[in-house]
Amino acid sequence: MANKLTLITKGFIKDNPTFSLVLGMCPTLATTTSAMNGLEMGLATLFVLVLSNMAISAIAPIVPDKVHIPVYIVVIATFVTVLQLLMQAYVPAIYSTLGLFIPLIVVNCIVLGRAEAFANKNSVIDSALDGLGIGIGFTLSLTVIGLIREILGSGAAFGFKFIPGDGILAFVMAPGAFLVLGYLMVLFNKFLKK
Amino acid sequence: MEFFIIIISAIFVNNILLSQFLGICPFLGVSNKLSTATGMSGAVCFVITLATVVTYLVNQFLLVPLGLEFLQTIAFILVIAALVQIVEIVLKKISPSLYQALGIFLPLITTNCAVLGVAITVVTKQFTFGGEAHMLNLAEATVYALATSIGYGIAMILFAGLREHLAGNDVPKAFKGLPIALITVSIMAMAFLGFSGMV
Amino acid sequence: MAAKSNLLNMVLCLFGVCLVCAAILGAVYVVTEDPILQASKKALEESIGKVLPQGGELGEAIESDGYLYYESVADGSVAAYAVKSTVIGFGGPLTLMVGVLPDGTVYNTSVLSHSETPGLGAKCTSDAGFMSQWKGFNGKLAVRKDGGDVDAITASTITSRAYTLAVSNAVEFVRSIASAADDSESEDEIVVAQAMENMEE
Repeated sequence: MANKLTLITKGFIKDNPTFSLVLGMCPTLATTTSAMNGLEMGLATLFVLVLSNMAISAIAPIVPDKVHIPVYIVVIATFVTVLQLLMQAYVPAIYSTLGLFIPLIVVNCIVLGRAEAFANKNSVIDSALDGLGIGIGFTLSLTVIGLIREILGSGAAFGFKFIPGDGILAFVMAPGAFLVLGYLMVLFNKFLKK
Repeated sequence: MEFFIIIISAIFVNNILLSQFLGICPFLGVSNKLSTATGMSGAVCFVITLATVVTYLVNQFLLVPLGLEFLQTIAFILVIAALVQIVEIVLKKISPSLYQALGIFLPLITTNCAVLGVAITVVTKQFTFGGEAHMLNLAEATVYALATSIGYGIAMILFAGLREHLAGNDVPKAFKGLPIALITVSIMAMAFLGFSGMV
Repeated sequence: MAAKSNLLNMVLCLFGVCLVCAAILGAVYVVTEDPILQASKKALEESIGKVLPQGGELGEAIESDGYLYYESVADGSVAAYAVKSTVIGFGGPLTLMVGVLPDGTVYNTSVLSHSETPGLGAKCTSDAGFMSQWKGFNGKLAVRKDGGDVDAITASTITSRAYTLAVSNAVEFVRSIASAADDSESEDEIVVAQAMENMEE
C-alpha cells in the first residue's frame, strides 16, 4: 500500500515534471498568465496523462517494438482529441482561453515520456497512479507559477484582486514567464532537491 | 508588401520562441553549443516549412471536404511523424553530408511542439496581415511558416552564443544550468518585446 | 515487454490501433456534436441578450453590407439592434457584439472573440471600469488620448482604440439602416397618398 502511495507522491517533488524532470516547458510558460489558467491546463494534461498511461500499459505487451512510437502517438492523440471535444462541449470558455495548447498536449514530452519510461513496463493500475502523481505534480507547478505571475503582474490571486492598481505588467508577458520559472527552479534546487 | 509584413511579424514581433512559447524544450536542450544549435535550427526550418505545406493541403483537400476538422490534431501529428521519417530516409540516401549535420536532430523534431503548433495555427487562426482579418492562403502560409522558423533559428543561435559565454562564468550553484539560462532568455524576451507594435 | 517485430504484426497492430481509436473518436464526436453546437449557440444568445434591452422580441440574423445583425422588436417597431462588428486588434481580430438603439446610442457591448495579450489588452473582457462605460454610451467615440470620451485600458491603447472603432463602426451601420428604414417608410406614405389621389380622380 505504501508502495502505491509513493507512486503518486513521487510526482510532487522528487520526479516533479517541471522542476526536476524539466519536461513540458511550452504549456508551463505559455498558459500560466494566471493561477486559474495554470490549474486548468494542469488538469487537462492530467486527464490525458492518466488515460494514455493506462491504455499504453494495457496494449504495450502486444505492440511490436519497431512501431511502438507511432502507436503511442496515435493513442495519445486520440485522448487529446476526446478532451478537445469534451471541452468544446461543456467548458467552451476554458477551451478558448487555453486555445492552441490543448491540441499541443500531444507533443508534450511529459505524456510520451511517461509512456516510454513507465507505462510500457508496468501494470495498468500502477501506470494510472503514476500518471495521476505526475499529473498532480504538473498541475501544482503550473498553479504556483501562475499564482506568482498573477500576484506580481495583476495584483490578484485566482482572479480575486487584492492589490489595487495595475501590477508589474512584464510578469504577465513573456519575459516574466521565463523569469519566474528560472527563479523558482533556483529555489527548488536550493531547498528541495537532494 | 503583405509578405514583407508577414516576414517581419513572424521573425521579430511574434517570435515563436520568445513570445509564443513554442518549441521551448529543444531550445533549452540543444542550445549548449553554437554548432548543435545551428544544426537544429536548420532541421527545424526545413521540417516546419515542409510540414506546414503538407498539413495545409491535407486539411484543405481531405479534412474540410469530408467535414472531419475535429481530426486535425491526430491527422497532423501523424503527417508530421511520417514526414520526418521520410525526410530522414531521403536525406540519408541523397546527401549523407547534410544527414550528418541534421540527422541526429530529426527524430527529436516530431515532438517539437513548434511544428504542430505552426501547422495548427495556420489552418485555424485568422490573421490580420495586410488590413483585413482572413485565413491564410497556401502562399501566405508557406511564407509564414518559413519566416516563423527563421525566427526560431535566430533566437536559438543568439541564445546559444550567450550560453557558450555563460558556461565559463562562475554562477552560484543553485543557478547553474537551466535556471540561469531561463533568466537569460527572460532578458532576451524583454529585448524582443521592443519589437511589439512595430507591425 | 514488447513483442518481436515482423511485417505482419506491425501492419496488423497499427491497423488495429487506428481502427479502435477511430471508433472511439467517432463515438465521442457523435455524442458531443450537439452539446458543442448548443454551447456556441448559447454563447451567442447570451452575448446578444446582454447587449439588448429586455422585453424585445429577437428576430433572425440579417446580413447586410458585410455586417451580421439582429433586430429586437418591441411594440411593433425596432427597439434596438445587435450588430456583430469585427476589427483588427493588437494580437489579431477582435469581434464584438454591439447593442445600439435606433437613435445611435450604444446600449451595451460584449466581446465575442479576441486574441489580445493576456493581462493587457485581454482586460477588455474583465476590466470593470472599461466595460461599464459602454452602457448607454452617447459621447464622442474615440479614446481620450485622441480627443474622445472613451476611457482606455491602462497600457493598452491599441486594443482600446480597436474596441472603440468596432463600436463606432456598429453605430454608423445602425444609423445607416435606421435612416434607410425611415426613408422607405416615408416613401411608402407618398405612394399611399398618390394612390388616394388617383382614386379620388
